[in-house]
Amino acid sequence: MKEEGKKRIWSEYQKEVPDDHYYYVRSCIRQTFFPGSEQAFLRILREELNRDVYENPYHTTCTGIAYHADIVPFDTTMTVVARQFALMTESGYRNYVPSCITSFGIYTEILETWKHFPEVEARIREKLWKATKREFKIPENLSHSSDVIYHFRNEIAEKAKYRLVNCKTGEPLKVVDHIGCHYAKMFPEKGIGGAEFPQVLSGMIEAWGGEVIDYPERRHCCGFGFRQYIVQANRGYSLSCSRKKFESMEPYEPDLIITNCPGCPMFLDRWQYVISEMEGKTYGKNGFGIPVFTYEEIAGLVLGYDPWELGLQVHQVSCEPVLDKIGIPYKLTEKFTGKNKEFLGVPKMPQYLKFCC
Amino acid sequence: MKNYFKKLQEDVRFQEGLNACINCGTCTAICPAAEFYRYDPRQIADVVQSRNDDEIETLLKSDTIWYCGECMSCKTRCPRGNAPGLIIIALRSLSQDTGLFIHSEKGRQQLAVKRTVGENILKTGYCVYPGSLIPSLHPEQGPVWEWELENIDHVMHKLGANYNGEGAGALRKIPEESLKELKAIFDETGATDRWELIEKISAEKANDMGLTFDETMNCSYFKYIYKHNSRNHFAE
Repeated sequence: MKEEGKKRIWSEYQKEVPDDHYYYVRSCIRQTFFPGSEQAFLRILREELNRDVYENPYHTTCTGIAYHADIVPFDTTMTVVARQFALMTESGYRNYVPSCITSFGIYTEILETWKHFPEVEARIREKLWKATKREFKIPENLSHSSDVIYHFRNEIAEKAKYRLVNCKTGEPLKVVDHIGCHYAKMFPEKGIGGAEFPQVLSGMIEAWGGEVIDYPERRHCCGFGFRQYIVQANRGYSLSCSRKKFESMEPYEPDLIITNCPGCPMFLDRWQYVISEMEGKTYGKNGFGIPVFTYEEIAGLVLGYDPWELGLQVHQVSCEPVLDKIGIPYKLTEKFTGKNKEFLGVPKMPQYLKFCC
Repeated sequence: MKNYFKKLQEDVRFQEGLNACINCGTCTAICPAAEFYRYDPRQIADVVQSRNDDEIETLLKSDTIWYCGECMSCKTRCPRGNAPGLIIIALRSLSQDTGLFIHSEKGRQQLAVKRTVGENILKTGYCVYPGSLIPSLHPEQGPVWEWELENIDHVMHKLGANYNGEGAGALRKIPEESLKELKAIFDETGATDRWELIEKISAEKANDMGLTFDETMNCSYFKYIYKHNSRNHFAE
């Protein structure tokens, strides 16, 4: 294909990410499992990059998980989202930055729906007014928080204390990226690089010195499946999807997995534990698993943030092999301590999966 | 007179999700659910575009419509721009609003979804919240999660969360006025009606099945639908 044609196609998958003044909305799952990641995102933007980020305490869930588990009607989700936009409008911001991929998909779907069905937007405005007496403006820009980190990936690289490189051999770490289905599978033009060749995480990996691994099941779902995980009887679906990915990536010997969505890192972390308990199988070297990180954790690590303030101790798959390879110092004695370094005891050991404590 | 197809047509997800499917099967090839369950999204598209209300009713009463994980991988690859995942969302809505979900093992699980994730929303303002992920319901969460729950205040403090606190921050207490607004929205937009119907029909079903039923997660009906898997669902 001619260079010009390539550029034209690629240009469809670029997106404009604002440079400042972000209205940040948190994710139910990321807050629950990876609150240190959201903290790192705010620290990077405010302290490293001197950007303005606002969060509104009255923001609630968007109902996204309940919507995709089908117990709330579309009108309900649209009206809750309309309330979120009203809070943004009242706060004086127009650049909406969700931390959650399910939410990002929900917001995208709703904005597209309103574009194609203006009568639906009018109905939702009416319902929001009846329920809350609020009004809203449509955001000028919708960017996921990973889009924002991607936007600043080179600035972060310039400030980095560490690179995604083996400190002993100088070779780049081998990194698997996992995008999260609702980032771009529904609306490919809304994600950086689209759904087939997503760039949002691989751009970070390359900017920070790592090597991206392409493997057969790179685009396969982690297996959340909403009701397929929420209901215990269905969890085999979720586990099987993750297992399929691990089996596919294993021959490429990845050093780590970096994730976009808040739920995926939890599933890819926990299901490695479950597979080890069920089958005695582990996917990393020497009985360890393949450590799974959020992009904020990786950004924080290269910037030199403390691994235990980032929250790496709440991962079931130990992250220490990656820290050792990069040469990031840490105190194992402080892994399971509180804010004032008080010892909190250690978790029980898994039967097979090697665990650092 | 049955009017399922007409009802589906009123749903914008259905309108956007189906434009004359050519039955190529690309969606089935890419579908994670089709690999795990006895499930074929191509057939779903085929049945609904037949406009046959009897066949659509069979779907609405079946386990089949509950196998999809709503990952939407089908949307990316469909050469016609269809989204079987969106058709499924429309079918599931209709199955609940007509009460037909109660006929299938997987459909009956909607009560469990409503009482876990659903009720979290109105009680806490979050879909997922640490206190709702108790190890007895989530053994897969493993020993680190158990340790975290045992030390939740210390861990959240260290990680910079504002756990149960006032103001902004991770896992902050959602203000009472915000929860009231959520409830008003649920009342105004049909979620409350859907939940009341799920509860009512589930109570009747529990009675038919000879299982105890109350508003808790300890009654035998809840435990049954949450854990029971007849193992009749899997791909060969």
